Amino acid sequence: MTIRYVIIGSSIAGVAAAEAIRQVDHAGEITLISDDPHGYYSRPGLAYLLTGEISQAQLFPLREAEWRALGLRRVMGEVARLEPDAHQVILADDRGLPYDRLLLATGSTAARLKAPGSDLPQVVMLDSLADARRILDLARRARAAVVVGGGITALEIVEGLRVHCRRVHYLLRGDRYWSNVLDEAESRLVLARLAAEGVQIHPRAEVAEITAQRGRVAGVTTTAGERIPCDLVAVAIGVLPRADLARAAGLRVERGVLVDEFLRASAADIYAAGDAAQVYDPRTGKALLDTLWNIARGQGAVAGHNMAGGSQRYAKPMPLNVTRLAGVTTTIIGRVGHGPDADVIGIARGDSETWRLLDDALVVEDATEVNRLRLLVGQKTLVGAVVMGDQRPSRPLQRLIGEGTDITPIRARLLAPHAPLAAILAETLDL
Amino acid sequence: MSVALKSLLNHDHTHRQALVMGQVVPAEGRCVQCGICSFYCPISIDVRRHAWLGEPIAESHCLTCGECVARCPRGVLRFERTDLFPVPPEAA
Repeated sequence: MTIRYVIIGSSIAGVAAAEAIRQVDHAGEITLISDDPHGYYSRPGLAYLLTGEISQAQLFPLREAEWRALGLRRVMGEVARLEPDAHQVILADDRGLPYDRLLLATGSTAARLKAPGSDLPQVVMLDSLADARRILDLARRARAAVVVGGGITALEIVEGLRVHCRRVHYLLRGDRYWSNVLDEAESRLVLARLAAEGVQIHPRAEVAEITAQRGRVAGVTTTAGERIPCDLVAVAIGVLPRADLARAAGLRVERGVLVDEFLRASAADIYAAGDAAQVYDPRTGKALLDTLWNIARGQGAVAGHNMAGGSQRYAKPMPLNVTRLAGVTTTIIGRVGHGPDADVIGIARGDSETWRLLDDALVVEDATEVNRLRLLVGQKTLVGAVVMGDQRPSRPLQRLIGEGTDITPIRARLLAPHAPLAAILAETLDL
Repeated sequence: MSVALKSLLNHDHTHRQALVMGQVVPAEGRCVQCGICSFYCPISIDVRRHAWLGEPIAESHCLTCGECVARCPRGVLRFERTDLFPVPPEAA
């Protein structure tokens, strides 16, 4: 019998699932439904499109021949609803698509600002390639832009706008940037770098209203009464898993679509992976969200394997991201912070809830003017690390933290006052 | 032999030595398929595809120029010794 697989979402989780299915089922019918007219592209790569480092054509990882080899049916359109009992998906044009196995790889969508004026056409977010193109288009004509929000996306937009706009304002609700992942010194370093690049930082500034003239954005008024003239407002205050279809179909949904270790949702033959999935993590006993490309790829692969008859448990790797914050290459691994961040509602893009599960580790830091290394030292293992600048320790730390290597032989040295952490690691790990 | 020719041959020798001794290898869990590596490859090797498949850039055309290694914003790529041949003493 030919198995009919339907995958909703054509980004990394969906494509990884299709690949995994194809590895074991050469005859199955795979339908990939996308509501993004650009289909599959590197969403993290949009940051480099904004700065002009790459062209749009470069964002598409798969060539036509590679698509053909996967043997998928690609459907462009929106899904109106799921009918789990009837095992079918209804598209917005009322077409029904029957499935034997269904994957929800619907991703996440940017949270909207609630202030008056937020629906003006020059208020933008960065969800998709179309959004990035719109930002570029507006930025090239804008004299001044305001960016509101936190996490990686806010800085990606700030840096992209800085290339094209004369004046860029960055509004932070609190005093510091990304307060639940970075420590105070790291936040300060990022903000100082932005300021040195000419970005106007506005700490403790909250948008009260986005004002307009003749239907176009004219400025932002803060709750403190400050008025900042601008032609463009970019919002990056977090993302929300796209779980509406699952919720409406009666599936168990919390912050995202709840799935077990096999990535099965609460209805028969339905799976979820990627940003939309809230995945049970046996290590912490919690169901967590991650919005990281590689986690989505891993989840997609396991979901695809299981949809095709496998029974693989998903084992989440230690969440890692390597990104540029105000020009400083930064690796974030494991558990490094806790609590909420005033600038982000829930989770941002390129983020992990695991990063904020730090409890009783000891913090040690080593810094020069340009490089910083922070290690979170547990009883026997390193539980997390932030590496800014020199990235030589990044890969060995990924291994050390990911594998939970016993650090007893060097723990006392790492915890000694003013310990040269980078040197100790280099010596131990043969860097 | 002219100085220019010697220098050219020396460059060629160094290049061959680099090819024999090392190759560009992607790390697991870091690549986001942004394509910067492929974009900057002077001879259009699809470095990104290798990174997706987790395979070293074992193409005979690879110049080992290091452009992809240097340009990758996420530290995905690095040179690794292949250890196929003993290290010549002058390079050790």
